[in-house]
Amino acid sequence: MAELIPVENLDVVKAIVAEHKEVPGCLMQILQDTQTKYGYLPIELQSTIADELDIPLTEVYGVATFYSQFTLKPKGKYKISVCLGTACYVRGSQGVMDKVNNILGTIVGETTEDGKYSVDATRCVGACGLAPVMMVNEEVFGRMTINEVPAVLEKFN
Amino acid sequence: MAYKRSQILICGGTGCTSSGSVTLVQELKKECVKHDILDEIEVIQTGCFGLCELGPVVIVYPEGTFYSRVTIEDIPEMVEEHLVKGRVLDRLVYTEKGDGHHPLSISELGFFKKQRRIALANCGVINPEDIDEYIGFDGYLALEKVLTSMTAQEVIDEVKASGLRGRGGGGFPTGLKWQFAHNAVSPDGVKYVACNADEGDPGAFMDRSVLEGDPHAIVEAMSIAGYAVGAQKGYVYVRAEYPIAVHRLQIAIDEAKEYGILGDNVFGTDFCFDLEIRLGAGAFVCGEETALMNSVEGKRGEPRPRPPFPANKGLFERPTVLNNVETYANIPKIILNGAAWFASVGTEKSKGTKVFALGGKINNTGLLEIPMGTTLREIIYEIGGGIPNGKEFKAAQTGGPSGGCLPASLLDTKIDYDNLIAAGSMMGSGGLIVMDEDNCMVDIAHFFLEFTQDESCGKCPPCRIGTKRMLEILEDICGGKGKEGDIEKLQELAEGIKSSALCGLGQTAPNPVLSTIHFFRDEYEAHIRDKKCPAGVCKALLDFKIEEETCKGCGICAKKCPVDAISGEKKKPHVIDTEKCIKCGTCIEACPFGSISKA
Repeated sequence: MAELIPVENLDVVKAIVAEHKEVPGCLMQILQDTQTKYGYLPIELQSTIADELDIPLTEVYGVATFYSQFTLKPKGKYKISVCLGTACYVRGSQGVMDKVNNILGTIVGETTEDGKYSVDATRCVGACGLAPVMMVNEEVFGRMTINEVPAVLEKFN
Repeated sequence: MAYKRSQILICGGTGCTSSGSVTLVQELKKECVKHDILDEIEVIQTGCFGLCELGPVVIVYPEGTFYSRVTIEDIPEMVEEHLVKGRVLDRLVYTEKGDGHHPLSISELGFFKKQRRIALANCGVINPEDIDEYIGFDGYLALEKVLTSMTAQEVIDEVKASGLRGRGGGGFPTGLKWQFAHNAVSPDGVKYVACNADEGDPGAFMDRSVLEGDPHAIVEAMSIAGYAVGAQKGYVYVRAEYPIAVHRLQIAIDEAKEYGILGDNVFGTDFCFDLEIRLGAGAFVCGEETALMNSVEGKRGEPRPRPPFPANKGLFERPTVLNNVETYANIPKIILNGAAWFASVGTEKSKGTKVFALGGKINNTGLLEIPMGTTLREIIYEIGGGIPNGKEFKAAQTGGPSGGCLPASLLDTKIDYDNLIAAGSMMGSGGLIVMDEDNCMVDIAHFFLEFTQDESCGKCPPCRIGTKRMLEILEDICGGKGKEGDIEKLQELAEGIKSSALCGLGQTAPNPVLSTIHFFRDEYEAHIRDKKCPAGVCKALLDFKIEEETCKGCGICAKKCPVDAISGEKKKPHVIDTEKCIKCGTCIEACPFGSISKA
C-alpha cells in the first residue's frame, strides 16, 4: 500500500481537483481520489475542494457524509472488516464480529487509540461462497469460525 | 493461432480469487515451463463458473475435467499426471455431495444440469480481458446487425417482442422503457444510457459476475440501447467494492475504443457512442434509479420524486434509459437469435432466464441461471445439492432487503416475477439465501430492517422514522421485552410505510417483516409470550447450562470461555455464571461430551 499523504500537503488535493474539474458530476470522483491519497477526508481537505471547485463547503460535506465509504476520521493501520451481508450473517458472521471486538476491545466503526486497528461491518464483498468472510486490509479470509479469529488477528500484530 | 492440445481454465471471479486462484495461474505456467510444454497448453483465467463453494476451480479441456479446491501444492502433480502423462488426477476431481457421483466431465455435474445459460453464456468460458475471445463467441455481431440492418424502432420492437423484463428486481418491460426514452424529446438532442451495477442486496453477486466474466456484453448491449433511444453517451455505475469488475470493465471499454467499436462512426456508420464508469461509494439507496442518477451527477444519492420519470428527465435532466447489468447481458442474444427464440424460454409473463446467487445454508453455494418457471425445490435440492449437515430446510429468502421469506410449503412455487409477488416476496435482483432450522426468522427480520434503517437516506419521513420505530419494536421482541400487540403494531406501521414512502427502498423495507409474520407467526409469538427463541439465536432469550450428569469436569470449557464465566473443581461438574456469560457459544463448541446446552 502506498504511503499516505499528510493533510498539511494541499498540493495533491489541488492537483486532483484540477484533473477532474471539467467533468460533469466530478465531486464523487474527487472525493474518492482524495481519500485514496490521504486515507481520509478531514474538514481541511473538504474546504480546499470546495474552494477549488467554487462550491459551498456544505455541498462537499453533504456528499462526504452521505456515502459510507467516505470517512472523516483516519482508519487504522489494519483495517478489519467482517461481512454482515445476508449470506455471511446466516452462517454466523455476527459471532465472528463479536469475537474480533472481544479480542481487540474495538467498537464497530471506530479506530483504536493507537491507530492500529479499525473495525467495520461490510455489506457483501461478493465472496458468498466462502461465507462467513472477514478481511484485513486487502486480504480475504473465508469460511471463518469463531475459533479461527485469534489466529487471523495474530498475523497482524 | 498456434494449435494447443489442451486448455486450462482457471476461475478468476472474486470468490475463487479470494481463495487464491491468481497464484495458481502463475504456478501452472511455471510447471508447464519446467516440463517444456507451455507452447502446447493454454492457461486462461476466466470469469465465474458458478460453483464458488468449490473454489478455486480448475477445468482442463478437451476432457472437461472438473478439479475443485485446488491448492498451489497440487499444481506440480496435476501438471505431471494430467498434462504430461495424460491421466486424470482422481483425488482432486469433485465428488458430488449426496449421491457421491464422481463426474469426469463438467457437463455431468448436477449443478449445471437444470441450468440454461443465456446471460451467463460466456462467463467461465472466455478470457474476459481479451476482446478477441468475445468476438470469437459472436461478440459485437449483434451491434453490427443493429447498426447496419435495423432501424431504432425495429430494435425496440424486437426487445418488446422478446418479453424481456428488468432483471434488477422491478420487472418493468425493457422494450417499453426504451420506447419511452426513444419518444422523449431532449432540448438539445442529448440523451443518455445508464447501467445499474450498484448491486446492493447483501448476498447477491450476479451483476458482479457478469462484469467480471463477460464485460464486453455490457459494452455491446449499452451501445445497442444507445442506438435504439438515440443516446450518444453511457454511464456504468458500479459499486466501488468490486475492484476486479471495475478493472475488467475498464479494460473492455479501452479495447472497444481501440477496435473502433466505441467512439465516433462505429462500423463506418453515423452512430457515435462513448462509455464511462462511475463508482459508487457505499450507499444502498443508489440502486434506486433516481438516486443513482443524482450520484452520477456527483450529488447526495437521494431519490427524486417521480414524475418526471427518467425516460423524460433523467441524468443531467436529459432523457435517460437505465437498465440493470443482467438485463443488458440478455440483449445481444435477443438481437442475434430473435425475440421468438428468447420468448420460447420461461413462463407466460416472465420470459427468458434469471440468474440467482445461491447462498446461506446450502451445499452448492454459487451462481446459477435457470429458465423462469423452475421451482424453488429444483433450485435448492437439485442444483443446490440440498441443506448441509442433514438439517431441515426452513425458508428461502429472495429479493434481499426488499423481499420476503418463502417457507417449505411454497417449495413447489414456480419462480417468476408474478408468482413471487403473489407469495409475498419478490424477484429482486437475484439473491437467494437458504435458511435452516438454526436460523431465527424474527432475527432475520431484525437483520434486514437494521440494514434498511441504516441505509435509509433520510429524505422522506415514512422511511426515516417509520423503519426506526419498526426496528425498535423488533429489538424489543428479540431482547425479551416483546409485548402483546407488537405484531399488530408492526403490521400497521408496515402498511403505512409501504403506501407513503418516496422510493422503492422505503416502499419495500417492511416486506421481510410482513412475510416472516405471515409465515412464521408462531416464532414471533414464542418470543413475545414465552420469552423463548425456538431456533436458539436471540441471545437475550437463551440460558446456557452445563448438565451435571454428563459433565466430567475436564475444564476445557472454562479455559476456552472468553469472559471466565465458567468455574468448578477438577473432575467435578462445572457451572456457568449467567451474570458474566455473554452467550457466545464457545463452550458448546469446546465441550467434548456435549454437556452444555442453550435453551
